[in-house]
Amino acid sequence: MSDYLVRLANDKTTANLIRALGLPAPVELRRGGTDGVAPLSGAVVLAGGGAGGFAQSAVKSALRALGAKPLEALPADESLRLNCVVLDATGCATPESLRLLYEAFNPVLRRLDRCARIVVLAAMPAEQADPVGAAVARGVEGFVRSLAKEVGKRGATANLIYVSRSAVDRLQGPLRFFCGDGCAYVTGQVLRVTGDAAAPSDLPAMQRLAGKVALVTGAARGIGAAVATRLAGEGAKVVCLDVAPARDPLYELALRIGGTPLVLDVTGAAGDLSEFLTGKFGGVDVVVHNAGITRDKTLANMKPELWDQVIAVNLQAIVAVDRELDTKGLIRDEGREICLSSISGVAGNYGQSNYAATKAALIGYVAARAPQLAARGITVNAIAPGFIETPMTAKIPMMMREVGRRLNSLSQGGQPEDVAEAICFLACPDAVGVTGQTLRVCGQSVVGA
Amino acid sequence: MLTGKPRRVAIVAANRTPFARSGTAYAKLSNKTMLTDTLRGLVEKCRLEGERLGEVAGGAVMKHSSDWNLVRECVLSSGLSPLTPAYDIQQACGTGLEAAILVANKIALGQIDCGIACGSDTTSDAPIEVSRGMQRMLMDLNTAKTNTDKLKIATRLLNPKLLLPKLPANSEPRSGKSMGQHAEITAKRLGITREAQDKLALASHQNLGKAYDKGFFDDLVMPYQGLKRDNNLRPDSTLAKMASLKPAFDKKDGTITAANASPLTDGASAVLLASEEWAKARGLPILAYLTDAEVAAVDFIDEREGLLMAPAYAIPRMLARRGLSLQDFDYYEIHEAFAAVVLSTLAVWESATYCKTQLGLPGALGKIDRKKLNVLGSSIAAGHPFAATGGRVVGTLAKLLSEKGSGRGLISICAAGGQGVTAILER
Repeated sequence: MSDYLVRLANDKTTANLIRALGLPAPVELRRGGTDGVAPLSGAVVLAGGGAGGFAQSAVKSALRALGAKPLEALPADESLRLNCVVLDATGCATPESLRLLYEAFNPVLRRLDRCARIVVLAAMPAEQADPVGAAVARGVEGFVRSLAKEVGKRGATANLIYVSRSAVDRLQGPLRFFCGDGCAYVTGQVLRVTGDAAAPSDLPAMQRLAGKVALVTGAARGIGAAVATRLAGEGAKVVCLDVAPARDPLYELALRIGGTPLVLDVTGAAGDLSEFLTGKFGGVDVVVHNAGITRDKTLANMKPELWDQVIAVNLQAIVAVDRELDTKGLIRDEGREICLSSISGVAGNYGQSNYAATKAALIGYVAARAPQLAARGITVNAIAPGFIETPMTAKIPMMMREVGRRLNSLSQGGQPEDVAEAICFLACPDAVGVTGQTLRVCGQSVVGA
Repeated sequence: MLTGKPRRVAIVAANRTPFARSGTAYAKLSNKTMLTDTLRGLVEKCRLEGERLGEVAGGAVMKHSSDWNLVRECVLSSGLSPLTPAYDIQQACGTGLEAAILVANKIALGQIDCGIACGSDTTSDAPIEVSRGMQRMLMDLNTAKTNTDKLKIATRLLNPKLLLPKLPANSEPRSGKSMGQHAEITAKRLGITREAQDKLALASHQNLGKAYDKGFFDDLVMPYQGLKRDNNLRPDSTLAKMASLKPAFDKKDGTITAANASPLTDGASAVLLASEEWAKARGLPILAYLTDAEVAAVDFIDEREGLLMAPAYAIPRMLARRGLSLQDFDYYEIHEAFAAVVLSTLAVWESATYCKTQLGLPGALGKIDRKKLNVLGSSIAAGHPFAATGGRVVGTLAKLLSEKGSGRGLISICAAGGQGVTAILER
């Protein structure tokens, strides 16, 4: 799915025309996996921090583990462009201390390379000693979200990590994702890194899912296919599940990625699924509830069966499958579960009352399910994609599609691979600090911010 | 090659598409598509996704040159582990059964634990070749060194005859006669009547129709491309209707018509075979055992023997080896290429002279109980996608035996080139 504006704005012959017309000039995003032992080895990384911060040394050792040689100060050589700036703002607890944000980023912004990465760490507002501390920590969020809007036109991203004092040793996974190419379309977002889920026994640096079994529902096409491919690339044995009409692309995908195809309708077949997983693998490590349908109609015009179908596939099936997996004890310790929510669930959408209900429900579902499984080291999260260039969105009428595509900080739609990267991040052992949360992959869409 | 004792070979499951008359429901499908889908059906039914099988053997009779590795290509798209080896074979209408014999032999010898025998054919997507002259011209062009030579060779294109394609034909390369013409000669020689053929054809339709009505094929035939049953099936046909048809091959006094012959058909089939241990370990059923097989060929040049009479030779050899008589069977599955072939085969077995002179037996093999013949219909009703027929018959007979609980069944399939592939299934 190509975006003509990205092409025109990045072609020397047409770039000036696009600018003269005042059209948005989206930058061609730098994409790629965050696998490999040292994903940041070639990057120019600046890592700073303010007084009283508690994450700085953990951040630096995490960055070093990822192959970076973090600089402490802006290099004098003006030609040197920064790929990544990480700021520890966990020490900010007073209004004056917020000046750290200004001082850290004001000189840096003109030195950013195209598609640079900005990551700010703040203390958990709830863990701050007083309301002022909480306010200041929360204030960092507003700053980062604004910064993301300013740097987006150069393809850069800015994200915030709230880190719990007890969880600074869990930053490597989130930093690998937010500092790497994989978060091309994730910007202006906030993640909480906590010590809630029990720590994994092993944190491999590469092929992080080797030996793991992953189930991806709705795997035949679009986001599902990208997720299955990405997880297989990270070493997982992927069970690619989809319905009978998608048999052809499903089997070809399974062959391509060395996965196992499973033709099954997730509505009402949870028992068959658990039997399959038991028989073939004895359990499952990563569950990606991706299968979903839309049956768009304004509520006044919506037939009851359209309502029921969406609820059945997008919510009931997930609940039923999880119940079956839980009853049979099939999700192994240190497992990862990821539900596909949607920006429609976050913000609501015209003509999608049924769909939005299910997608919002999943946000609540992962938040409530996460604590139940935390003791076994299992994390449960959701991903909320925004406008992703898929065969499905290609069918949206031209003008609507244009609006959906441009109304975000990066002025373009995301790719299925961008969603897959985020899911792969949450599926890996080093994402243990993240649970019960919903991460948006939307280029900081203005919708539902 | 044998280490230890030979093992019993279980028939575990079978799957096929409904068969469709040429140019109908599957007119746009290729062998690759049909065979892949059939394998997938079997894989999904037996939960073989991601499993490495010992091998998959099969083939197609009407095959495009680009499908030279057809079965392996289909296996790669089947959901089986890509580590499953596969190979193509071709023995005309005997392809499917021969594939089952090959897989079964390896299982019996302990070389593999399980395998699939399969076949597919379509006459709706038949390979059409360029003429021999065009093919030679292109090959010469390929090896020509100078431009002058190339130009000289290319001028051969001016001959319009080169542009005529070479169409595949349902005829014997040695005799130039069609299979129907051969069967007609044999039928005449043995005095097989039109009426007897029509009766056998009608029984085929009625038996198959009843079997579908009872749901016998529910777990053997997968719904496919809008079909749930073989679309050649005419259970409501009558002898009167059949009698109204004109002979197809010998317009003057022939007995073979479109009604008492199998039609050109598209379809695919697959059978899963395994050692008992393998099947039991996976909780898969054992329908029956493939216990013996024999393949024969006859000298049909100048009609010294009927082209389609080879099974008549194969079966007595197999019976002698097993110490069985022709009557020791509960079911006889004799492939109805033509009703005349079935009747000719039965006729020669009943003839003491034939059995003595041609088969070298002390006397006639004798009559069979006709109530045990093709009890669920055969190729006249179901249709006959050449390489898929073996799988249809093995699957049907195995399930028949499994429902009966015990018993023995005989399979006989005649094939082009004067060949016959036969087997015994037991339970």
